Amino acid sequence: MENRPLEYDYTVAKLWMISAIVLGIVGMLIGVILAWQLAFPGVNLLLGEGLAEYTSFGRLRPLHTDAVIYGFTVSGIMATWYYVGQRVLKVSMAESKFLMVTAKIQFWLYAIGVVLIVVSLLFGLSQGKEYAEFIWPIDIAIVIIWVLWGVQIFGLIGIRREKTIYISIWYYIASFLAVSALYIFNNMAIPTYFASGGIGSIFHSVSMYAGTNDALVQWWFGHNAVGFVLTVPIIAMIYYFLPKESGQAIYSYKLSLLAFWGLVFTYVWAGGHHLIFATTPDWMQTMGSVFSVILILPSWGSAINMLLTMKGEWNQVATNPLIKFMVLASTFYMFSTLEGPIQAIKSVNALAHFTEWIVGHVHDGALGWVVFMIIAAMLHMAPRVYGREIYSKSLLNTQFWLQTLGVTLYFTSMWIAGITQGMMWRAHDEFGNLAYSFIDSVIALEPFYIIRAVGGTIYLIGMFIWAYNMYKTATAGRRVEANELQNTSPMAS
Amino acid sequence: MFHWLEKHPFFFAVGVFVVFSWAGLIMILPTFTKASQPLVGTVPYTTLELAGRHIYVANNCSGCHSQLIRPFKNETDRYGDYAKSGEFAYDRPFLWGSKRTGPDLMRVGNYRTTDWHENHMKDPAGIVPGSIMPAYRWMFTKLADLDTAYAEQLTVQAAFAVPYNKPLPAKDGGTNMVKLADTLEGAKASALAEARTVAADMKDQDVKDLIAQGEVPEIVALIAYLNRLK
Repeated sequence: MENRPLEYDYTVAKLWMISAIVLGIVGMLIGVILAWQLAFPGVNLLLGEGLAEYTSFGRLRPLHTDAVIYGFTVSGIMATWYYVGQRVLKVSMAESKFLMVTAKIQFWLYAIGVVLIVVSLLFGLSQGKEYAEFIWPIDIAIVIIWVLWGVQIFGLIGIRREKTIYISIWYYIASFLAVSALYIFNNMAIPTYFASGGIGSIFHSVSMYAGTNDALVQWWFGHNAVGFVLTVPIIAMIYYFLPKESGQAIYSYKLSLLAFWGLVFTYVWAGGHHLIFATTPDWMQTMGSVFSVILILPSWGSAINMLLTMKGEWNQVATNPLIKFMVLASTFYMFSTLEGPIQAIKSVNALAHFTEWIVGHVHDGALGWVVFMIIAAMLHMAPRVYGREIYSKSLLNTQFWLQTLGVTLYFTSMWIAGITQGMMWRAHDEFGNLAYSFIDSVIALEPFYIIRAVGGTIYLIGMFIWAYNMYKTATAGRRVEANELQNTSPMAS
Repeated sequence: MFHWLEKHPFFFAVGVFVVFSWAGLIMILPTFTKASQPLVGTVPYTTLELAGRHIYVANNCSGCHSQLIRPFKNETDRYGDYAKSGEFAYDRPFLWGSKRTGPDLMRVGNYRTTDWHENHMKDPAGIVPGSIMPAYRWMFTKLADLDTAYAEQLTVQAAFAVPYNKPLPAKDGGTNMVKLADTLEGAKASALAEARTVAADMKDQDVKDLIAQGEVPEIVALIAYLNRLK
C-alpha cells in the first residue's frame, strides 16, 4: 500500500478542459467575426437589421476579449492547476472531501458566471473599462470564484507530501495573489441604485476614481492582468509540461529564480506604458518605459531557460508535435516580450499607440504563446487524464502548421497596418498641413484587415481540429498502460 | 533564503505579495492624495449628457474611438488642443480608449453638428465614403435611460462632492452652473427640455414623434453628449 504510486483525481480538471475548449472556440469565433466586420462592415448586420444592436462591433468586442482571457485562458489555467497541483505537491484531490467539493462549487459558479457575462455584455451592461467591463454583481461573483481558487491552492499545499514547492506552484501563487489585488482595486465602484435610494438600473455603478486617476488604476490593472493571467500562469505550465513531455530537466534553477522574482518585481511598473503622452505624470510614463525595457530580462530568462532545457534533444521538435507547440510558444514569448518593450519606448509609442500594431502585438503574444502553450498542456494531460492515447498525430501536425500560418498572417498584417496608420496620421505636406484625412488611413488598411481576417479564420480552423482531436482522444483513443505515460505522450499516427 | 521560502509557502506568498505591491503603492498613492482637479470651464454632466455617455459606454464606442489628444502637432492640427488632466475630472469611468479605428472624439463637439451626427449615425459610409463604422439605427427609436443617469448624478454628488447647483468658474471669466433637480420628475423634465433643443436640429420623424410624446430616444442623448465634448 505504502509503495503504490498515488492515483490522482482529475474530475475537476476534466470539467475545466471542456470549458477551455468551448470558450476558446466561442471567443475566437467572435474574434473572427470582428475581424471580418472591420474588413467588410456589412458583417455588422450578420443577423439582420433587427438584431444589429447585438451584433455590432462595439458590443461584440468585449465578448471576444473577455471570452479568450477570462474564458479560455482562465479555464486553461484551472485545468492545468487541477492537474499539475496534485502531481507536484504529491497529493490527490480525492484525499480531501473539502477541496473536492469547493473545487466543484468553483467550477459551477464559474459556468453560471459565464452565462451571466454573455447576456450582460450583449445587452450593453458595461462598466466601460477594458477587460473590466463586468457589472458589479458579476464582479462579486468573480471575486468569490477567484478566492475559491486560492482556497484550492493553499488547501492542497496544506496537505502536500512534497515539502518543497515546485517552480510552477510559485507562478500559480503569484497569479492568484496579483490578480486578486488588481481585480478588486480596479473594480471599486458604487452601485447607483442603492446610493440614490432606488432609482434607475440596479446593475449600474460608478467608478470610485475619476479621469486620470481612473486611467492609472485601469492600466495598473489592465497591463498586469496581461501579466498575471496571460503570462505568469502560462509560465507555470511550461515549467511543468516541457520537462515532463521531453524528459529533460529544467536547464537552470538559478535562472528560474531570477526570472520569477524579477518578473514579480518589475511587471507592475510597466503598466505606465499604456499612458505615455496621456495626462498622467511624466515621471510615471518614463518609469513605465524604463521598466518595460528591464522586463526583457526576466521574460527572456524564462524563455531561454525553456529553450535550453531542450539542449541536446532538439530532434524531439521534429518528432513530437507537443514539443513543437511548446518550443514555438517559448519563441513567441521571447518575440512578444521584445516587441512590447520596443513599443513602450516613448518615441516608438508616439507612432504605435492607438494603431493596429498594438493589436498585432497582443495577438502574437496571445495566439503564439498563450494559446499554443495551453493547447500543448491539455494535449499532454489528455492521455493521462483519460487513459487513452492522443487520437491523431497527423491532425495535430496539421493543426500546428495551420495555426502557425494563421498567427503569422495576423501579426505581419497588423504590423504593416499599424505602422502605415501611424505614419499617415503624422504625415504633413510641404506647407505643414496634414497630408491625409483620417478616412484615408482607414481605406488604406482594408487589404490588411482582409489578410488578418483570413489569418484569424485559419487559426480558428486549427481550434476546431484541436477540439475534434481532444474529443476523439477522450472517447475513441486506444487505451494506454501506465508505463506508456512516462514522457512523450502516446499518440496514434 | 529562496530554498527556505520554497519550503514555507505562507512566507513565500507574503514575499510575492510584498514584491508585487511596492510598485503599485509608489505609482498610484501619491497622485491619489491630490484628486484630479477640474480645469476652469470643466463642468459636471447634465442628466441628458450623462444618459448619452451611458449609451456611448453601452455600445463600446471607446473600442474604436479615443478621447485623448496627445501633445503632438499632427494631433492638435487634427483634433484640437491637447488633453489636460483637469478636463477629465468628472469622467467616471475615463473614456480615453486605446485604439483609433476611427478618429479621436475628445473635442468632436467643436467641429461636428447635431445634423452631421444624425445622418452619420444612420449611415456612416453615406456621410464619410469608405467608413467602416456600423450604423446605429436602433438608437432612433430605443429610449434613453434617464433614471439611471439621474441616479448616477445623485451618487457622485453625495459620494464625491461633484458640484451640482454650484457656480463654477467659466473660461470667459463668468460662472457656469449645472442644475440638478431635487426629484426624478424634475430631472426628467429638464432632460426633456434639453433634448428638445437638440432634436430641433434633427429631421428624423421617429425622433420628432418621440420627443413630442415627451420621450427621449437614445440618439438625442448621445448627440447631446457628443456636442458637449469640446
